[in-house]
Amino acid sequence: MTKIEEILQGILTGNKRSIAKAITLIENATAESKKLIAKIYPHTGKAHIIGITGPSGSGKSTLIEKIVREYRQNGKKVGVIAVDPTSPFTGGAFLGDRIRMQELSTDAEVFIRSMATRNYPGGIARATKDAVKVLDASGKDVIIVETVGAGQSEVEIIKVADSVVVMHAPGLGDEIQAIKAGLMEIADIFVVNKADRENADKAVIDIQSILQLNNKKNAWKPPILKTVALTGEGVPKLIEKLEEHKQFLRKEKEHKKSLLKAEAELVEAIKEQTARAVIEELKRRGKFEELLQKILKRETDPVSAAEKLLEESFRKV
Amino acid sequence: MQSIRKIRVLIAKPGLDSHDRGAKVVARALRDAGMEVIYTGLRQTPEQIVETALQEDVDVIGLSILSGAHKTLFPRIMELLKEKGLTDIMVFAGGIIPEEDVPELKKLGIKEVFGPGTPTDKIIKFVLENLPHRT
Amino acid sequence: MFDKEKVGEIKKQRERWENTTLPKWISRHPERKSEFRNHSGILIKRVYTPEDIENMDYIKDLGFPGEYPFTRGLHATMYRGRLWTMRMFAGYGTAEDTNKRFKYLLSEGETGLSTAFDYPTIMGYDSDHPMAKGEVGVCGVAVSSLKDMEILFDGIPLDKVTTSMTINGPASILLAMYVAVGDKQGVSREKLGGTTQNDNLKEFFAQKLCIFPPLPSLKLSTDVIEYCARHLPKWNPISISGYHIREAGATALQELAFTIYDGIAYVESTLERGLKVDDFAPRLSFFFASHNDFFEEIAKFRAARRLWAKIMKERFQAKNPRSMWMRMHVQTSGCTLTAHQPLNNIVRTTIQALAAVLGGTQSLHTNSFDEALCLPTEEAVRVALRTQQIIAYESGVTNTVDPLAGAYYIEDLTNEMEEKAWEYIQKIDDMGGAIAAIEKGFFQKEIADSAYRYQREIDETKRILVGVNEYTIKEKEYPVKLLRVDPKVEEEQIARLQKVKQERDNKKVKETLEKLHYAAEKNENLMPTIIEAVKAYATLGEITEVLRKVYGEYKELIVI
Ligand SMILES: Nc1nc2c(ncn2[C@@H]2O[C@H](COP(=O)(O)OP(=O)(O)OP(=O)(O)O)[C@@H](O)[C@H]2O)c(=O)[nH]1
Ligand SMILES: [Mg+2]
Repeated sequence: MTKIEEILQGILTGNKRSIAKAITLIENATAESKKLIAKIYPHTGKAHIIGITGPSGSGKSTLIEKIVREYRQNGKKVGVIAVDPTSPFTGGAFLGDRIRMQELSTDAEVFIRSMATRNYPGGIARATKDAVKVLDASGKDVIIVETVGAGQSEVEIIKVADSVVVMHAPGLGDEIQAIKAGLMEIADIFVVNKADRENADKAVIDIQSILQLNNKKNAWKPPILKTVALTGEGVPKLIEKLEEHKQFLRKEKEHKKSLLKAEAELVEAIKEQTARAVIEELKRRGKFEELLQKILKRETDPVSAAEKLLEESFRKV
Repeated sequence: MQSIRKIRVLIAKPGLDSHDRGAKVVARALRDAGMEVIYTGLRQTPEQIVETALQEDVDVIGLSILSGAHKTLFPRIMELLKEKGLTDIMVFAGGIIPEEDVPELKKLGIKEVFGPGTPTDKIIKFVLENLPHRT
Repeated sequence: MFDKEKVGEIKKQRERWENTTLPKWISRHPERKSEFRNHSGILIKRVYTPEDIENMDYIKDLGFPGEYPFTRGLHATMYRGRLWTMRMFAGYGTAEDTNKRFKYLLSEGETGLSTAFDYPTIMGYDSDHPMAKGEVGVCGVAVSSLKDMEILFDGIPLDKVTTSMTINGPASILLAMYVAVGDKQGVSREKLGGTTQNDNLKEFFAQKLCIFPPLPSLKLSTDVIEYCARHLPKWNPISISGYHIREAGATALQELAFTIYDGIAYVESTLERGLKVDDFAPRLSFFFASHNDFFEEIAKFRAARRLWAKIMKERFQAKNPRSMWMRMHVQTSGCTLTAHQPLNNIVRTTIQALAAVLGGTQSLHTNSFDEALCLPTEEAVRVALRTQQIIAYESGVTNTVDPLAGAYYIEDLTNEMEEKAWEYIQKIDDMGGAIAAIEKGFFQKEIADSAYRYQREIDETKRILVGVNEYTIKEKEYPVKLLRVDPKVEEEQIARLQKVKQERDNKKVKETLEKLHYAAEKNENLMPTIIEAVKAYATLGEITEVLRKVYGEYKELIVI
């Protein structure tokens, strides 16, 4: 058996070591990882993929721990991918979400993986989507993705998740603005966490009023729930809503979202493949090296060089 | 897409003590050296540490302990790593560990033991030079 | 503080000096560094003159010892009257072992006991809890039930000694046990003297030994303060601790500011219980670290006293001067000790201890030179105690009160420390107070940054640690004799615990624990119910478990 096949077999039987290895291959974007993803694909599509996003400190990781516990009570197998930012300066990352979920790590049916963005924008990592597939193929019923939570627009998550939970909590300052700015449209469920604090109700009202402004006619009306992630209060209700949303998605077979998701995936794949093909073609034609030298000598800059290359090549074609 | 391999390190604190200053300084230094550092927080059982190493597929584990319980906890961790087939992970330790315990710990498979006040550069250099070849 | 004209003249002379003697000298003998800074990052001048303290008002800013603002000391005669309390931290193994150590220390002339507990006790676990494995009696004494406490203080009359207990999360439980032992010895509660550390706030950003979330933790600390104010008049309910903040990597300035802020939080929380500030403030005490930068430390201690006095008087309208007293215990800094060339640590400890004495501390613990390696041996503990005795009896620094007052450098540094601490206090006030700052990770971030900076300086040899990054030796290091805890301790301890559980009246235990649960839910002061529970031999673990159920468990906020 080749290494890839071995890993694939491992994944399909839920072997944690194989899952971990596969995710590493994907993160490192090795040549093998492509083959692996292709082989995994037929085994995916069963899991319910939940994205959790919201400002830093709103309690995403704490809540996820409680959500996982609840799903485990219901006999579900759960995977978690928690994304933290890579430092653009050093390339290193400190992955700390796991701390809040450590007690789950010894549960045989739970798999938690921390992931650095490796400078991919939009709140997740380039590898997140495919890592989710690995977990999906491994037989997890529910897969939860925690986004970076840096307050930037974290809309990439809709390309990955079936259900998106947007979190907020009182006492975080102006972050409601961030929700207004971009997260509003992507939410399937709103959660106001830290409901044990004063001002939780005010946060609910804030969201309600923004929602009313945004009043589009959608079949799904995003509910606003309150939770206390510290104690797990409100989590059963949240799970209930997540299940409802899952059913809703099922019913809407040709749901826009899955279309979007498929489209996004397709576009991504095309982008990648065309870029690679074009670059290889350009290299073959020779001009590439010459321009490289010029850039080195500062006779031209990379952007102009690229323009020139493409223009010339395509004119000839 | 270019292949981008990153060194993944788990910094773990077994034992009940809470002296995480050293662990955090090391975590930060390794991060600033371009590594991806997973930190598990305080008071981790050997089982949790090994499971984390497995799921996170780390190349290196740094154990920090100042409570004096290393003689109970480290053997257990090394044993579990073996059980799970994770012997290709390089393990180093730091904290308050008497000189005379070091040979015994090394026999268990712990690659190096750093005392208090070890310069972080030395640890970074050590990690880079002793990276295991993992497939 | 000086005559205007005179200062003008000094200024002229200084400028002349800076244009003549100084450049001439520097041109031939350049300074070792382009700038000199202390640990807190404060820029240190080449030389200080009366100009630097020109605006100081002797009466207002320094005053006389024993009078507001207490910069020069809490007492009129300071060490000419009574020396500081020489308190050594002790505790390991079983209660019997520590009891023996206590008796030894008392016979060596120590004047107060100080107890270290093992990690399971500190975290509210009984010795037989799975998390306790390998930790029982290792870093302190194991106390799981009143039985252990009875043995710990066997033959030690509680009305004759004072006892300091380094315990936070379960402080109310250990204090309850101490009260119970006192009751059994027939010592009236008014006579019980000692201190519980009981400072839960700093746990969240410094020591990280937290059991419960921030709010209930503050509630438990406040319970002890309130209970003592009403029933244990000689007990210091809390030791508001900068020591751990410093050990976690804070600068002297951060240690000062954050500790004082914690103090503010406790005062506010206790005022909410309906007590008047003068009813409890005189019993609040503080605990600081003493590091290597000699003058910075002295300035810190002096600034701390003045700051606290002002806060108590102006912010909280205290009337009783004792409410304005910042009584402090100081410990030399554990994190400055090196495993390399451990005998050097004796010298470090001496400098740090001297700074504490010149800073006017009420009580002092000196570390043993082998503590970077292991639990201190008896020999090392003796040297540490002797260090204090040499300062007290041989150095002559105790002959006069606050001998460094008036030194331009010291006074300027004291002022600067105070000013910068006020800035922090303002900032935390604006953030919404200590709990809000904890939840935002403010303290954590500040400390992590300082710790990292300090380590970088050492790594880059911008900061020299003798024997560590300079003056290292190749030959075999000093052979230190190591004290080990016998693994049998764990077995013995568990056996005793099981016996206690068999012999006690389990129905009574259940009743008292239920009562405690109810009281916790009702948000009552828990001290009385905890005393009842420990007297029924409910264990520390059982009591903590009840509270964990009501309050939840804390998971730390990681900031690096
Ligand atoms: N009072 C209260 N505190 C909470 C609650 N949920 C989480 N917290 C606290 O909020 C802080 C942040 O929680 P996390 O779960 O780390 O938040 P996060 O959104 O994952 O943060 P990032 O990963 O940094 O983006 C922690 O100190 C939690 O203990 C809650 O319901 N009530
Ligand atoms: Mg998180």
